Amino acid sequence: MTPPGTSSRHHILSVLVENKAGVLARVAGLFARRGFNIYSLAVAPTDDDRFSRLTIVVDVESAPLEQITKQLFKLINVVKISELDPARATEMELLLMTVRSEPGVRSQIMELVGIFEGRIVDVSPDALTLVVTGPPGKVDDFEELMRPYGIVELQRTGRVALPKLDRQAPRLRSVTGKVV
Amino acid sequence: MKLTGAQALIKSLEMEGVEVMFGLPGGAILPVYDPIIDSPIRHILVRHEQGAGHMAEGYAHVTGRPGVAMVTSGPAATNIVTPLCDAYMDSVPMVCITGQVASTAIGTDAFQECDTTGITMSVTKHNWLVTDAADIPLVVREAFHLASSGRPGPVLVDVPKDISNQMMDWYWPTDADVEADLPGYRPTTRGNGRMIREAARLISSAERPVIYAGGGILKARAAEALLELVELTGVPVVTTLMARGAFPDSHELCLGMPGMHGNYTAVTSMQKSDLLITLGARFDDRVTGKVAAFAPEAKIVHVDIDPAELGKVRRPDVPIVGDCRLVIEELIKAVRALHQDESFEPADRARWIAQIREWQARYPLTYQRDPDDGSLKPQFVVETLRDNTPDDTIVVSGVGQHQMWTSQYWRFDHPYTWVNSGGLGTMGFAVPAAVGAKVGRPDRMVWAVDGDGCFQMTAQELVTASAERIPVKVAILNNAYLGMVRQWQELFYEERYSEVYLSPDLPDYVKWAEAMGCVGLRVESPEEVLPAIDKANQIDDRPVVIDFRTDSREKVYPMVAAGTSNDDIILGPSQGEGGR
Ligand SMILES: Cc1ncc(C[n+]2csc(CCOP(=O)(O)OP(=O)(O)O)c2C)c(N)n1
Ligand SMILES: [Mg+2]
Repeated sequence: MTPPGTSSRHHILSVLVENKAGVLARVAGLFARRGFNIYSLAVAPTDDDRFSRLTIVVDVESAPLEQITKQLFKLINVVKISELDPARATEMELLLMTVRSEPGVRSQIMELVGIFEGRIVDVSPDALTLVVTGPPGKVDDFEELMRPYGIVELQRTGRVALPKLDRQAPRLRSVTGKVV
Repeated sequence: MKLTGAQALIKSLEMEGVEVMFGLPGGAILPVYDPIIDSPIRHILVRHEQGAGHMAEGYAHVTGRPGVAMVTSGPAATNIVTPLCDAYMDSVPMVCITGQVASTAIGTDAFQECDTTGITMSVTKHNWLVTDAADIPLVVREAFHLASSGRPGPVLVDVPKDISNQMMDWYWPTDADVEADLPGYRPTTRGNGRMIREAARLISSAERPVIYAGGGILKARAAEALLELVELTGVPVVTTLMARGAFPDSHELCLGMPGMHGNYTAVTSMQKSDLLITLGARFDDRVTGKVAAFAPEAKIVHVDIDPAELGKVRRPDVPIVGDCRLVIEELIKAVRALHQDESFEPADRARWIAQIREWQARYPLTYQRDPDDGSLKPQFVVETLRDNTPDDTIVVSGVGQHQMWTSQYWRFDHPYTWVNSGGLGTMGFAVPAAVGAKVGRPDRMVWAVDGDGCFQMTAQELVTASAERIPVKVAILNNAYLGMVRQWQELFYEERYSEVYLSPDLPDYVKWAEAMGCVGLRVESPEEVLPAIDKANQIDDRPVVIDFRTDSREKVYPMVAAGTSNDDIILGPSQGEGGR
């Protein structure tokens, strides 16, 4: 399985919405009604308290990206939609995991957490709770490595993303529903 | 000036120029009904909230202004969901106001509480739950703005009872206030110039072009512009079910209705065309048939105010986002400019037009005009009605065979004379929509052509019409069946008729009409048709219902069976060469 971070099925939409009641329900309802699949969704306030930002990873096998963005843009509370090209975006995700850690394997787990620049945030005699952040692919790798030890509980935030800074202009392609 | 939320709401409607609203009161909307007594706005008390919604739609269809419906919470709100969905599918501007339980009770399953904004989210262009009386003028202005601009559609404002009673300082928002509060709403109305020039070039060079005119022409009030474009370019036009009347049927370049029950020429000319100039239409499955086989050789110019329509079903070669009227006007200029270019050689369309004329001559719409058994053919009723009413008569239909026959056999020569439920196909639409249309255009004769099944769904609104002295006329094409369903069972289920029989005389439509304060007439044979119509036309002080006992066996032809290609159009037994 290709990690979702690199799959061409998944596109990242950064959607600026008005910070009003029910906006998330409108977005979720639209996706349900039109049969579009959401792979992950993160919602956060922006520096302007009138707006929130949704980072939606959509599955373009369920519908063409153009239809998804155009339908989204028809929602009155959607102000701006930018598509982030996964190859040119900095993506981050946070993983919180409780994993079994009998005394014999605890140090192995701690070593892996160190390699992944994670932290141990809670400890009990036979389990650890860890946090790891990073690009989704890295987080996937960490999750795979932990599996054999016995994952008790796991929570991922879904990704957030910003365009990568490079020497050219940022690749923030506006797809605000204008076709021509 | 201090007002209650309720007073502010009614005053806001007055400020928006609302002259009439359709509704029915109840607990949660009570405060708003009080200031109605002192308002110049006419309120029409319906007998069922679905009626209020369809009346608002009928009014909007014929006037172009948003229809207004107001109902209470809970069951009243759910009763109006069907008209909202109907208006959403057909892009009808409508403002619906619903009462809601007090904001403090929301979420407690209070008496007559329902999640109205949640339920209607997917069938409105936008909706609001008002949480502060001070927001009411702004929300109402936004509601009318959204309903009537861009791609029109229904909007809903849900007002909790305590908010209606809350005091607020009256103000009236400016355009700038509205714009500032809708940062995500900027419909594109002017088409892209380069694309328009490209479209003009394609139009001028196409050998087999067809204009595929949809309901957007009417919404954009672009009928005159379309006529000018056609006269300039000589391109023939098909008018979809939603666009009947957008281009005059009597014009020699009008090919009539395409689609599942379109005429042979309209369907086939689209199939064989090399350019479809799609204006405010949306490649509905009832028009395209099997999409993969639809108009395989045609390039597509697609003009729509809703960017999401471009490429939704068929990828356009020239996509143009914009208001149909403004784009057509620019297109006309671009075509003129091309014609002035010396190197320009217009395409030779003589062969194409000749081909179209041949199809028209060979496969006209026909039915058995003189049946041996003396049965009454529904098409004959429609034709007789057409020929004995003013040509600007507004015709409203329900959904079923009678709708198709009316669309096929009427001659629409004026925009806004055809009102029907296209996208949702809502049985029961005709009677209330006709009432709303007559309220909007009291100067016009309004005839509903309804089915017996449809009539039984919303007939009670004739009580409203009688009480309010709204003299609509209803022709029931009473075939004693859910005829359209019967037709599918006959053709595709080996005549196994399952739950489609209704009976010709239960109910007794004449008595029912009379009980509702209407004049009721019955017609059983072809000779009685004209006298009954003449009589109905003379009655102007109350509604009239004519129960036409039509032939149950009659089917709608031509027909493209669902999911098949338009190339496989089935002609009727009396059409062309005995059918295919
Ligand atoms: C509310 C609703 N229920 C069911 C249908 C499915 N339907 C489409 S046409 C039709 C039959 C309509 O019967 P009638 O009004 O008698 O018209 P006819 O076809 O006989 O002219 C039915 C049941 C519908 N379109 N709308
Ligand atoms: Mg019937």
